[in-house]
Amino acid sequence: MSALLSTRSLTKRFDGLLAVSEVDFDLMAGDVHALIGPNGAGKTTLVGMICGRIAPTAGSVTFDGRDITALPAHKRIGLGMAYTFQITSVFAGLLVRENVALAARGRLGPGEQVGPAVRAALDKVGLADRAKEVAGNLSYGHQRLLEIAMGLAQSPRLLILDEPTQGLSEGEIARFTTLIEGLRGQTTVLLIEHNMRVVWDVADRVTVLNFGEVLAEGTPEEIHENRAVQAAYLGAG
Amino acid sequence: MSRETARILALHGGLLVLLFTAQFVLPAYHHGNLARIMVLASYAIGYNILFGYTGLLSLGHALFFAAGMYGMGLGIQHGGWSPAPALLAGIVAGAVVAGALALLALRTTGVAFMIVTLMFAQAGYLTILYFGEYTRGDEGFVLQTAQRMLWGIDLSDPTNRYFAAFILFALCLCLSLWLVRAPFGRVLVAIRENEDRVQMLGYDTHAHKLGAMVISGTISAAAGATYGLLFGYVGASFGGVQFSIFPLLWVLLGGAGTVLGPFIGALFMFYLIDLSSGLTTAYMLIAGVVLVALTLFAPQGLVGELRRRFWTGLP
Repeated sequence: MSALLSTRSLTKRFDGLLAVSEVDFDLMAGDVHALIGPNGAGKTTLVGMICGRIAPTAGSVTFDGRDITALPAHKRIGLGMAYTFQITSVFAGLLVRENVALAARGRLGPGEQVGPAVRAALDKVGLADRAKEVAGNLSYGHQRLLEIAMGLAQSPRLLILDEPTQGLSEGEIARFTTLIEGLRGQTTVLLIEHNMRVVWDVADRVTVLNFGEVLAEGTPEEIHENRAVQAAYLGAG
Repeated sequence: MSRETARILALHGGLLVLLFTAQFVLPAYHHGNLARIMVLASYAIGYNILFGYTGLLSLGHALFFAAGMYGMGLGIQHGGWSPAPALLAGIVAGAVVAGALALLALRTTGVAFMIVTLMFAQAGYLTILYFGEYTRGDEGFVLQTAQRMLWGIDLSDPTNRYFAAFILFALCLCLSLWLVRAPFGRVLVAIRENEDRVQMLGYDTHAHKLGAMVISGTISAAAGATYGLLFGYVGASFGGVQFSIFPLLWVLLGGAGTVLGPFIGALFMFYLIDLSSGLTTAYMLIAGVVLVALTLFAPQGLVGELRRRFWTGLP
């Protein structure tokens, strides 16, 4: 397996604060890779630099063998990345269907393939019967699922999910886990997640970030046993 | 064609049929008014593309309206052109000015965007005054009947004028309806709702906003050029700040982000002032009270309110 995405010495400094410090990170094609860490560890900043929302202070990002450090976000999406937001940011005033169609057209361009792609994405997350509702009228959990459907409709090579299960009910989390299992082999997934159950269930590999640095990386079992990780999370030493 | 599309076409086509037949029954006074309203509504349609659909509040659209009007008027007055190339010159002038301003103004957002557009429009207004030798400044200049013969048709004749205004309005309305239902227009709406998200769906939002501003400015310029040609007068007051505020008012009253809103707003505002000034010299007071009431009870404008209550899918 080769790395689909790599970062080298990736650093972000916000004035005095070192949010992400010289992170070397490799994401293998086909993996479901979880990024965990305490609040403020720099997870969202790191992912923001990967998908082009935040300009790095130093370092490089390589996607599929190509240096994309200077590429604007929309072009990275064009290369096959998809990013779903931590804070739900669907188009509240538009129909559910239109939300997903925008995502599909952004990647596929306008045409006949958009309709089926929209239906397929909504089917996968179980929102097919809500297609004609205004997105803002959906419950919070359903808006999170819509956000994921928008990611799926982009048929990305790398799907980045920023805390997708936050605010979901037990049943919805189970559905999400199945969904990710179903993507295995088709799409590489980078998952920022706080819910450890989800991480242990779906992740092939886990990277732990703490104070902007990579604290540990390994399989879920290895991470589970890692004393440094336990210290970071529980404050035990 | 879906049922929704059929209903939408019926509604918008219905308005055009109504306006077309109105010229045969309306008394001369209202006939003249409606011709004027259709041209002003075309201006508002242009404004609505940028403000109502893309969510960019410009305070400088008079610059585009005036660019169209002077591009046309100066060509006729000093170049001795016939109306057809002069109209085209006005439209091109508006497109160029809109493109140039877009490149500068779109580097800003929000309040800064409002101020930058306002300032450039003021600079444009002062430019018209500065070159008073050619533009005749505040006084403006009149286009003679002989200068307003388009392919042998006398545009100063009320019937021809109504028909010309109707053609402009119909074109702008159809263009606007088509645009907002096309993929490009839907991206504009999405930018209005959440620009950040649109970019993360793989769209070049800057290019889309640039396109929206050029289309908006070009339609506004077409309205400005037509206005000058149909009513035979070109003057600096059309480049003033109040002419930037008018389309904002019309669009807000009629319903921002609705295809019919600009027309309804322009029609409503025109007759509100017309009727109230017949009642009292303090007509602005009446107009003001009605506007405040409208903002209170129909904050999304007349057509916007209709959409909220009865027809969610109305474009």
